[in-house]
Amino acid sequence: MKANIVIIGGGISGVAIAYNLAKKGMKDIVVFDDNYMTGGATGRCGAGVRQQWGTKGNCIMAKMSVDFFETAQEELQYHRDIEFKQEGYLIVATNKEEDEQFAKNVILQNSVGIPAKQLSLEEALEIVPHLNKDIVTSATFCNTDGHLNPFLMTDAYYHAAKRLGVKFFYNEKVTDIIVENSKITKVITKNYEVITNKVVNAAGGFSYEVGQLAGVELPVYSENHEILVTEPIEKIQGPMVISFSKNIYCQQVPHGSFIMGRSDLDVERGHDIGSTHKFLDEMAKTAVNLLPPLGDLRVIRQWGGSYNVSPDRQPIIGDTDQLEGYYLAVGFSGHGFMFAPMTGLLVSEVILGLPTTIDITDLHIDRFKNNETTEYEHSVV
Amino acid sequence: MNKKDIIICRCEDVSLEDLHNCLEEGYTTFEDIKRILRIGMGPCQGNTCGLLAQREIAKYLKLPLSQVKVHKVRPLITGVKLKAIVENNKNES
Ligand SMILES: Cc1cc2nc3c(=O)[nH]c(=O)nc-3n(C[C@H](O)[C@H](O)[C@H](O)COP(=O)(O)OP(=O)(O)OC[C@H]3O[C@@H](n4cnc5c(N)ncnc54)[C@H](O)[C@@H]3O)c2cc1C
Repeated sequence: MKANIVIIGGGISGVAIAYNLAKKGMKDIVVFDDNYMTGGATGRCGAGVRQQWGTKGNCIMAKMSVDFFETAQEELQYHRDIEFKQEGYLIVATNKEEDEQFAKNVILQNSVGIPAKQLSLEEALEIVPHLNKDIVTSATFCNTDGHLNPFLMTDAYYHAAKRLGVKFFYNEKVTDIIVENSKITKVITKNYEVITNKVVNAAGGFSYEVGQLAGVELPVYSENHEILVTEPIEKIQGPMVISFSKNIYCQQVPHGSFIMGRSDLDVERGHDIGSTHKFLDEMAKTAVNLLPPLGDLRVIRQWGGSYNVSPDRQPIIGDTDQLEGYYLAVGFSGHGFMFAPMTGLLVSEVILGLPTTIDITDLHIDRFKNNETTEYEHSVV
Repeated sequence: MNKKDIIICRCEDVSLEDLHNCLEEGYTTFEDIKRILRIGMGPCQGNTCGLLAQREIAKYLKLPLSQVKVHKVRPLITGVKLKAIVENNKNES
């Protein structure tokens, strides 16, 4: 088989890149994925979409991605409903430091056109009446943030890309990338050998390893993040509720169930994505403390997935001077689902040598060559 | 009986017709079908629908049942209230 480009990883990043390349007219695009569709982080994520970030780069990526999600159903001509719900994110502050930091964040967010605003406790309670009044001090809210169905969003890109001629191979692991005279010549999988001189690494939790296949060194690692889902009930909560200090995100999806997660600060790096009692215990306590009525909900399943983490918790997007023809869409640090429309657009522009829609200097791997200029994203769970 | 009226997944109200359509569309593993139709995501966690779906996939792919995987077993085994988890732990300490 011959290909103009091989994309390694068919999660949300890989399908978005494939679609954008095909839309811009590239032919013979091949995507390999080691798993079933959305078997990676994409099918395990909270699928929240928010624009309220603490760095300008993340704000712009998120805003422009939301603009896309609003039209995705039509643009991708998908036959199912991608379930895009825009009922906002309520980010709650629980101390003075957060009150002050969030005020600054809102100014930054407004400066790039994100309609976020700061709310008093009373205003926050009007939006989510079951918040614990005793621990929340203020909040910020953006009504165009929301949630999508991650399986169907990926499937929508997949179908649109397929119609444009992209070839997908799921359950097909890439085992080697052949480099001769500093040029990529072949990609080897379980069942195929593909002649190509361009490769995209969109391998999520395994992007470090897929870098190593071509001798490309990436400053990323993976860690397990756990999450759970409850039984569905009638609608009681519109927005996603999130707190950085309490370490929780929690939302009711259109189906009626609540999905919630938090980070384990002591988690070891690696590829484990198991479920622990420690998570269940801490999650239950945190959720019932912040949102007391949720105590009556039954948990029906918990699971885990990989965050692929970069040094400044912002994605790594673009080419690399380590190897010609090797492109990166890695290090999403727990928020790669909501950025995928921009990831797809920007990576396709870099590959085709077009000017990029936004300046990607801050997302390029070269930013780590000069550590001092790196802006660190604090607004994460 | 009409395929529309045969329920495969009671938690998520998925009929035999839905399942067959999904297979026809090319989603032929339990994990794929789960992500499209929500089979196995409800309170029974696949305990009821798992075998039924497995049998239909096997028939469609003409494979022995033993070669068709169902989804991964994950905690919890039965629905437990968040409150119960919080309180239980208080009693322990
Ligand atoms: C619990 C949890 C909650 C999250 N919540 C959110 C959220 O609310 N909002 C948000 O925006 N993001 C969230 N994220 C992050 C989000 O899931 C990821 O950033 C995003 O899905 C990354 O997509 P991806 O396509 O880059 O990677 P993945 O979806 O992981 O896809 C990578 C693919 O590469 C394949 N692969 C790996 N190695 C090889 C190989 N050698 N050959 C072939 N294929 C290979 C894998 O099989 C995999 O399918 C969350 C993540 C987790 C774990």
